[in-house]
Amino acid sequence: MKTQPRLLLIIDFISVILLIIATILVFFVVPTEAVMGLVQKVFYFHVAAGWVGMMAFFTALVAGVAYLVTKQARWDRVGLAGIEIGIVYMLINIITGSIWARPIWNTWWTWDPRLTTAAIMELVYAAYLMLRSGIEDPERRARFSAVYAIVGFVSVPMTFLSIRIFRTIHPVVVGSGDPAATGAFDMTPAMSQTFFFSLITFTVIFVSLLWHRVRLADLSERVEQLKIRLSQ
Amino acid sequence: MMPATPFFRAMSAILWKDLATELRSRELLSGMLVFSLLVLLIFNFALELDAKARANVTAGVLWVTLSFAGTIGLNRSMAVEKDRGCLDGLLLAPVDRTAIYFGKTLANLVFMLIVAAIIIPIYSILYNQNLFIPGLLLVILLGSIGYVVVGTLLASMAVQARTRDILLPILLFPVIIPVVVAAVKASGGYLQSIPFDEISPWLNLLGVYDVIFTSVAFMVFEYIVEE
Repeated sequence: MKTQPRLLLIIDFISVILLIIATILVFFVVPTEAVMGLVQKVFYFHVAAGWVGMMAFFTALVAGVAYLVTKQARWDRVGLAGIEIGIVYMLINIITGSIWARPIWNTWWTWDPRLTTAAIMELVYAAYLMLRSGIEDPERRARFSAVYAIVGFVSVPMTFLSIRIFRTIHPVVVGSGDPAATGAFDMTPAMSQTFFFSLITFTVIFVSLLWHRVRLADLSERVEQLKIRLSQ
Repeated sequence: MMPATPFFRAMSAILWKDLATELRSRELLSGMLVFSLLVLLIFNFALELDAKARANVTAGVLWVTLSFAGTIGLNRSMAVEKDRGCLDGLLLAPVDRTAIYFGKTLANLVFMLIVAAIIIPIYSILYNQNLFIPGLLLVILLGSIGYVVVGTLLASMAVQARTRDILLPILLFPVIIPVVVAAVKASGGYLQSIPFDEISPWLNLLGVYDVIFTSVAFMVFEYIVEE
């Protein structure tokens, strides 16, 4: 049994510390937004979760290309890890968005371009998991998954750009947005510092999660091989 | 390995093979057609397609019908290759593999357009609404290209899986939603004679989508069929 690499332990430790600091910053230090009140604080983790989700899907895209080029099974595990993390974080992103939208837009959900494209993105990657469970041969499963991770990635830039191209009520806080957006605000320096701090925090958490998930897949692969050797 | 047969000859040979098979058996087209008429019928009762409702939903009904019929056609067209070992034969042939893909895609496009060419006059007669607008026909062409380009690629993946009957729509629909949305918006625009300025963004989206996915399919198809 291999123990956890020391670097991974350190990253775990740092991500816990960062998350605690980020929570303290969000709840106690950063000023409350004047118009929307307390619910605006969801913004710091909402955007950070979306950032991790998209980064995870991008990781899966890179892993997909790398798998098709090198044919190393490890890249398949990285791709799967990326997509599993991405699905969870996009779900966190959508749920926190809903919590914010209830008081601000007066509804949990609306068929706005941003919300729609995000929902499509979740469905694409849910389909990815269905595809994997439908194929038994590991080599073929890895190949098809890589192809679908590449094809499905189109939904990610579409979601990212949807609030910047279409007419939408979803606010664009970073960069300039549509004046029709409801709930937009300008960040004060303290707000943007907290915002970037939580982005960094979530990025570190993502690295740690990805490493853990890939390591788990490596270990379960080894267990499979040991089982095969035992039965012979 | 240098392919022995030039790209376009291989591609047209595959296209010709599919069209000849279909001309003799007619199982794919007749299936798609009967199915799409049934979908129209269901919509008729589900949505109460009276004159007022029709103005808004015609484009939606048309595209849902086409996309459902399309999945039937795509599944069938790849399943035939797989089940009778034809795909292995094709892969043994000394041709560029993407030529096989583009041949199949063109054949599927032809079938899709034939279905559209029959559905549109039927819809026009049944609901007394003129659908022969040049712009609308262009939208149908662009939308069908986007649909079959992705569809053929994913269908060749789905037929090799254990759960292949349910897999194709699940894989295809989320990826194809942008095409369907753009096509519905653009068709609706032409049907309600909205000025071209407001339709052209959707046409652009369709065009961009077609180009992106043709190139993606061009790059990855080889990895789907290699054994």
